[in-house]
Amino acid sequence: MTDFYHSQRAMRNMRRVAMQRGVIAVLDIGSSKVACLILRFDGVERLRESDGVGPMAGQSSFRVIGFANVQSRGVRLGEISVMNETESAIRTAVQRAQKMANVRVDHAIACFSGGEVRSYGLAGEWELQDSVVSEHDVARVLAACDVPDIGEAREVLHAQPVNFALDHRSGLDDPRGQIGNRLACDLHLLSVDASVVQNLIYCIKRCDLELAGIASSAYMAGKSSLVEDEQELGAACIDMGAGSTGISVFLKKHMIYADCVRMGGDHVTSDISKGLQVPLTTAEKIKTKFGGVHATGMDDRDIIEIGGDSGDWEKDRRQVSRTEVIGIMRPRVEEILEEARARLDAAGFDHLRSRQIVLTGGGSQIPGIDGLAARILGQRVRLGRPLRVQGLPERGTDPSISAAVGLCLFTAHPQDEWWDFDIPTERYPARSFKRAMKWFRDNW
Amino acid sequence: MRSLNPFGRRARDPQTTRRDPAPSRVSYRLHRLWLTPFFRVAFRVGLPGFALAFGGGLYLSSPDRRADIGSIYVDLREHVKNRPEFLVTLLSVDGASPELAQVVRETLSLPLPQSSLDIDLEAARASLAALDPISDVQMRVQPVGILQVLVTEREPAIVWRMPQGVFLLDEEGTRVAQIESRLLREDLPLIAGEGAEKAVPEALAILASAGPILPRVRGLVRMGARRWDIVLDREQRILLPVDQPIRALERLLALDQAAELLERDVLAVDLRLQDRPTLRLAPFALAELRRMRGIISVESDL
Repeated sequence: MTDFYHSQRAMRNMRRVAMQRGVIAVLDIGSSKVACLILRFDGVERLRESDGVGPMAGQSSFRVIGFANVQSRGVRLGEISVMNETESAIRTAVQRAQKMANVRVDHAIACFSGGEVRSYGLAGEWELQDSVVSEHDVARVLAACDVPDIGEAREVLHAQPVNFALDHRSGLDDPRGQIGNRLACDLHLLSVDASVVQNLIYCIKRCDLELAGIASSAYMAGKSSLVEDEQELGAACIDMGAGSTGISVFLKKHMIYADCVRMGGDHVTSDISKGLQVPLTTAEKIKTKFGGVHATGMDDRDIIEIGGDSGDWEKDRRQVSRTEVIGIMRPRVEEILEEARARLDAAGFDHLRSRQIVLTGGGSQIPGIDGLAARILGQRVRLGRPLRVQGLPERGTDPSISAAVGLCLFTAHPQDEWWDFDIPTERYPARSFKRAMKWFRDNW
Repeated sequence: MRSLNPFGRRARDPQTTRRDPAPSRVSYRLHRLWLTPFFRVAFRVGLPGFALAFGGGLYLSSPDRRADIGSIYVDLREHVKNRPEFLVTLLSVDGASPELAQVVRETLSLPLPQSSLDIDLEAARASLAALDPISDVQMRVQPVGILQVLVTEREPAIVWRMPQGVFLLDEEGTRVAQIESRLLREDLPLIAGEGAEKAVPEALAILASAGPILPRVRGLVRMGARRWDIVLDREQRILLPVDQPIRALERLLALDQAAELLERDVLAVDLRLQDRPTLRLAPFALAELRRMRGIISVESDL
C-alpha cells in the first residue's frame, strides 16, 4: 500500500509537471471506445464572457485542442484483456488527437471502468497538539483512519477525505486554521484490482506516455454529468458503458460511494446476436439503429432486414420486426438497471434526501430508457450529458464521452486525496535513526 | 439472387476488408518526434542549413576551385570596368590659367584612357586641393568620357616679402605663389615682417583706409608679430597701435590734412599711445626747432 501511495504521489508530481508544460492528454479507456482529449492550460481564464461559457466548475482555465474517439480493442468489461490490441487502440487515439492539436503530449491521465471497484467509508480521529489545525494535523487524521481489509491484490484508487469534524462541528470542507481539540474525518476509499491498474499503467507506458494520474470512470462520469446542485444535494450517476455500468453517488460535492455492475451495452449486443443469430457487428448496428425498450404497435410493422452472407438465400433474407429487437433488449437493460438499483439500495441511497439519478454513458442513448429507468430506479431520473467545455467539438458532446469530460475537470481541479498530504513522521521507518544512535553510542 | 441489404455486401467483398487503422509503433514514434518543436526546427532549418554549409565547404575545400571562383569575380569586374561607357579618355581643366592647368595635369598624372571606376576621385581631388594656387576644385566624370576638373584659383591680393623670397598671398593670407621679384607685381601692396601673413586681412583694411597717403605707401611692416608700421617714402614711418589701428590712422590722416604733418621733416609718427601721438623729427629739423625756441643745445659732433 505504501508503494502505491508513493506511485500516486509520483503521478501527482507528474501532473504538476504537465500543468507547467501546459499540455496534457486525457484518456478514457472504455470497452467500446477509447477517447483521447488533449487539453491546453493557459493559466488564466481568458474567455469569461464570450462563448457562453461561464466560470462553471473552473473548466474555463483549459481548452480542448485535440479530440479523438476511436473504437476500442482488446478491452473487456472495462479491463485490458489483450495488451497489444489495447496499446494500438490507445496509439490510434493519441495520434489522431495529436494530429488535430498539432502538439506532442508527453503526459496522460487515464480513467477506466473495470477492476471491480469497491467503496469503503473510513473514519479517523486525532487529538490536536496545539489548538489550531495545521496541514500536518490533517495528514495525521487521514493516517489515523483505520483501513479495512480491502483484500488480496487490491489497490487504493481514490482515498478522498469527504468530511471533517472539529469537536462537535461537522461538515467542514477545510478545517485548516480552525481552532478546536479533536479533529475527525471521514474518508472515502475506492479499491480496485491491482493487476488491472498495473496492466493499464504498463499499457500507457508502452505508448511512450507518462502517466499523470488514474481515476475511476464512474466517478468521472458523475463529475461531468451531474450539475453542481445535484452534486451538492446528493445524486447518483449511472454511467452505462459498453462493458460495465458504473455507479457513483455524490453528496456535498464529494463522491461518497461508487460501485460497478459488470454488465453493459456489449451484453445487449450479444443478446441480439444470439437471439437473431447474426454476427456481433450486425447486432451492434441493429441495436444502435433500431434499438429501444418500449414496444408500440408501430414497431410491429417496422420490419428490419437482417441480411447475412451465408449464401443461403433463406437465411440471408430474414426479417424481424422492431418489436422483436426490443423484446430482446429490454430484459437485459432491465437487468442492468435492477442490478444498479440493488447496488444503490445496498449503499443506502434511499436515505438521501434528494434521490436524483442521472443516466449517462453510451447506453443511456437507447430510446425510452428514461421511462424504463424511472420505473425501476424511482421517479427522479434524467438523462445526463457532459458539461460543455471549451474547444470540444460537437461530436464530442454525446453522453458516451462524459467520463472523458469529467476527467478533464478532474485534471484541472483534482480532488484532494490522501496522498496529497505528507505521511506523518512516525510512519517513516525509525530503524535507520536507531542504527545511527547505536553507532554513535558505540564509537563515543 | 443477391440480397439488397447494405450490411452483407461489404463484409463479403475482399477489396473492402478494413485496414488496421492503428499506427504502427514506428510511425507513432515518428509522428511524435515530428511534433517535437526542437526536432521540427532542427529538421526544417538545421538540416538544410547544415547540408548547404557542408556541401559548400566540401566544394570550397580545394584551392583550385577557390581560385577559379576568385578569377570569375575578377574577370567579371574587369569586363564591366572596361566597358566604353565607363572609359575616361580626356581630361579637361576649366577655370585655371594655362600654367596652373599644366600643374594640375602633372599632379593628377592620369594614364588615359582609363576606366572611371579605377579613378579615385576623392584622392585626386584632395591632392589638387592641397596645391597652393587652388582654393576649390570640383571633379566630375562627364557621360561622354571626359573627366572635368573645375578649378577655382586663388586671387593674389598682397605681396609678402620674407627672407626666403617673395610670395603672393590671397586676401586671407594663404600662399598663392612665389615670384622672382616684387617688381613683377607692382600693382599689389607689400607686407613684410614676422607674422605678417597671419594678419593679411588687417593689412588690407589699413591700406583701404589709407586713401590720401596711399601713393606714398611703400609697404607695411609687421612689428613683433602684433602691430603694423606703415612705411612711406622718404623713410617715414607711421607706428600703428595694436588695438584699433584704423581709427588711429584716420585720426592721423585728419591731422595730416589739417597741418600737412607728413609733408614736414618727420621721421616717424608714433600712434601707439592713443592719448599722445608722438613725432620723431629729423635731426636738422629738431635743431632748427630748438634754435627757434632759443634753446642752445650742446651738440657734439658725435
